[in-house]
Parts: sequence; structure tokens; C-alpha cells
Amino acid sequence: MGTLTAFGKYVILIFRVFSKPEKTKIYLKQTIREIENLGVNSIGIVIIISIFIGAVITLQTRYNLESSWIPLYLIGLTARDTILLEFSSTMVGLILAGKVGSNIASEIGHMRITEQIDALEMMGVNSASYLILPKIIAAMVFNPFLTIISMLVGIFGGWLAAIITGAVTSADYIYGIQYWFEPFYITYALVKTVVYAFIITSVSAYYGYFVKGGALEVGRASTKGVVYSCILILMFDVILTQLMLA
Amino acid sequence: MIEVKNVYKSFGKELVLTDISVAFDQGKTNLIIGRSGSGKTVLLKAIVGLHGIDTGAIYFDGRDFIKMTEIQKQDLRKEMGMLFQGSALFDSLTVQENIIFPLEMYTNMSYEEKLERVNSCLKMVELEKVNHLYPAELSGGMKKRVGIARAIVQFPQYLFCDEPNSGLDPMTALVIDNLISKITHDMNITTIINTHDMNSVMEIGEKVVFIHEGFKCWEGTRNGVLSSDDKHLNDFVFASNLAKKIKNLK
Repeated sequence: MGTLTAFGKYVILIFRVFSKPEKTKIYLKQTIREIENLGVNSIGIVIIISIFIGAVITLQTRYNLESSWIPLYLIGLTARDTILLEFSSTMVGLILAGKVGSNIASEIGHMRITEQIDALEMMGVNSASYLILPKIIAAMVFNPFLTIISMLVGIFGGWLAAIITGAVTSADYIYGIQYWFEPFYITYALVKTVVYAFIITSVSAYYGYFVKGGALEVGRASTKGVVYSCILILMFDVILTQLMLA
Repeated sequence: MIEVKNVYKSFGKELVLTDISVAFDQGKTNLIIGRSGSGKTVLLKAIVGLHGIDTGAIYFDGRDFIKMTEIQKQDLRKEMGMLFQGSALFDSLTVQENIIFPLEMYTNMSYEEKLERVNSCLKMVELEKVNHLYPAELSGGMKKRVGIARAIVQFPQYLFCDEPNSGLDPMTALVIDNLISKITHDMNITTIINTHDMNSVMEIGEKVVFIHEGFKCWEGTRNGVLSSDDKHLNDFVFASNLAKKIKNLK
């Protein structure tokens, strides 16, 4: 019953979020600000994580392909497909749920407990739309760029690990990442990224928007926002994979 | 004028407002007083629609607020200004951006016109050279003044103040009280102030409504507060030793 009530509240909130903005120009300005806050400021962490995970995937694949019967270019192919299919969309999505999700829930939650949301309502502003819509649009627009950055940097990280450790030659790795390339994998990853961006922003915003109490409750809301975003991301990973790849 | 008729409000099974009926006059400072937890803030937030009510009616100059759609309520709120207990200034915006916000949202004024309006509001609340400061850089009293400036920037018909003196020293509290009173008279607006500060009551209470445990116990003027024979009101007004001594002297 509690889950149903929460879902109902979430749906009503989303309807309010997508109602007509009071002044498009201000919303546009907010969206650009959120692209910087939520997107541009996440480039660093995405690059760092992608380069190391790309390297680790390459080294682990090499470790598992000990047989001399298996061509070494498969290491590059495996690294590429793992990064394109799962890491750059889902794993980066989970990381962003932690970074961006907690940021959104705590920011909106703080505004709720300090009556800033009430102040917006008192000015005749649709607070749900003003606070949440720019975040959702910003993430849905910018996160695909983060995914593409992650793909490029992850594959580069794999190459770097390959030549530094000598796990595979540069030529084999580069041949592997070009071998049997399926462009649809990129589309699949980007579709997942857009869905995850919506989940991360809307779910975290929901927990922040309806927080009651004080600083402790804001912290709890932030944790809940991250946890439920992660669960939903993994659920939709399965659903979208079945829909798009099966 | 704002009329509240037979308003009931509960949270779950707990009834917090019981059959409240009162009229708040235009051009006067109307004070709602009562102990902490008596239902003052709930009543104020119910009047402005931040809390829904169970039954009853609320009229803004004859306009039935409860029967309005959300869009109509949003439109009516453009005629209201509110000063919150903690000022509720937007942390990420400067003082100027906070005050200019409603103008940017709802008017097509040029930047120069908006800036002129902001500066005139800041002048009304006796603040200068704070335009580019952030709320975190202001004192409690300055935050309240900026809150008032933001509340009046659209020249509202109705002004609501929730505990405007909380956390302020008596001198600053007096300044804020007189500021609200002056704005009310100069702009001829309907002002409702929630307070438990007896200094405010005696300073600016043109109409006073006393709430006790969700019931309206008494209503009158500041002079009537001291001579009332309502037990709950007397307990509230003469709670401190100083007030008791003054009463005995009289």
C-alpha cells in the first residue's frame, strides 16, 4: 500500500513537473545552469572511472584468455563490447545516481525544510516544474555526451593498460576494437542513458521534494533517492536489454 | 479584506484548527497570537493555501479561495507577499536576484526598471549596498528585511508574516514591526502577522486574534488584550514575571 501511495505521488509530481512553464526564458536559463551543475561538473569523475575500468577490463580479459588458441585481438573486442554495452551506460548511470542523485535530493530537500519551496509557491510559481524540469531536461540532454566520453576514454584506458603491461600489442588491441563492430550498440547505450537520466533526476527530486523534518530527514531522503534510482536503473537495464537486444 | 469562515483542519486524526471564523481588515496590521503549537502557523498557511483545509471557506475580497482551481490560486498568489519565519531567501541567489525574481517571472519590465524597483524596495526596508551579497552573508535582521522587500516587490494586496521577530533582539524586532506597520498603512494592504511576541502586540496590533489549542478564544484590539477576562489569554499575556508585576502595579 505504501509503495502504491508513493508511486501515485510520484506520478502526480511528474504531471506537475511537465505542466506549462510560467516563463520559458527563465526555465531555459535554469536548464543551462543545470547542464553545468549536473553534467559538465561530472565529466571529471566519468573520465577517471572510465579510464581505470577500461584498463581493468582489458587486464582481466587477458588474464582469462590464457589459451594460445584464442587470438589476442579478442581482448580489444571484449573490452570494447563490455564498455559500449554495459559499462558506459549502466555503470556510469549508477555512479551518476550517487553523485547527481544525492546532490538533487539534498538540494531540493534543503529548500523544502527551509521553506524556500513554500516561498516559490507563494509567488505563484509551480515549484515542482521550476525546480525539477530543468534538472530532468539537463540530464537527458547532457548524459548521452557523458556516455560517449566514457566510451572513448574507457577504450583508451584499455589500450593504455595493454601497452603499459604488455598484455596485448597495440596493433592487436586496435584491430580488436574495430573487429565486427555493431553501431547499434551505441544507439542501445544512448537510449539506456536517456532513460537512466530521467530515473536519476526524477526519483531523487521526488524524495527531496516531499521531505519532512530537518537535516536528518534530508540526509535520509538523499540516501533513499540514490538507492531507489540504482534499483530502477538495474530493473530498466534488464527491460531495455530484453526489448532492444533480444 | 480576508474572511475565514468555519475552518477546520486536521493532520491525520489530530484536529489542529476547530471552527475558526475571523475577518482580517484592509489597511490594518492584523495579529494572530497564541502559544507555540496553538495552530497559528497552520492557520496562516491554510489562509494562503500552503495547507489544505478539511471544511470551511476563505474569501479574499469576496473571492472564494477554496473553490479556485490550482491555476486560479497561483494567479491570486501573485497578489500576495509572504515573509517566512526563517526568511526563506533563495541561498543560491544574491539579495538583488532574490528580490528581482518575481518581477522576472511575471513582468516584462526592462532590467533598469526592475533594478529601480528593487532599490526602492530595499530603501523602504532601510537596507543599502547589500544588492550583491548572498543570504549567508546577512544577519538575521537583514534577512528579514530582504524577505520583506521580496514580499512587497510586486506591490501585493495581501501581506503575510510568519513570526517576523523570531530570533531577533528586541530593538531589531521593534524596527521590523514598525517597518511592516508602515508598509501596511502606506500601501493600504491587508496584513496578517503571526506572533507570540507581546511587544509586537502592544506596538502594532490594530486587530488581535488569540488562538488556543486550535480554537479562536478571543479577538479585539491591543488595548483590549490587557483588560480581557479570558483565562487563556491572560495566562498567555501575563506569562512572564515582568508582565505579572506590571499587572499588579496597575
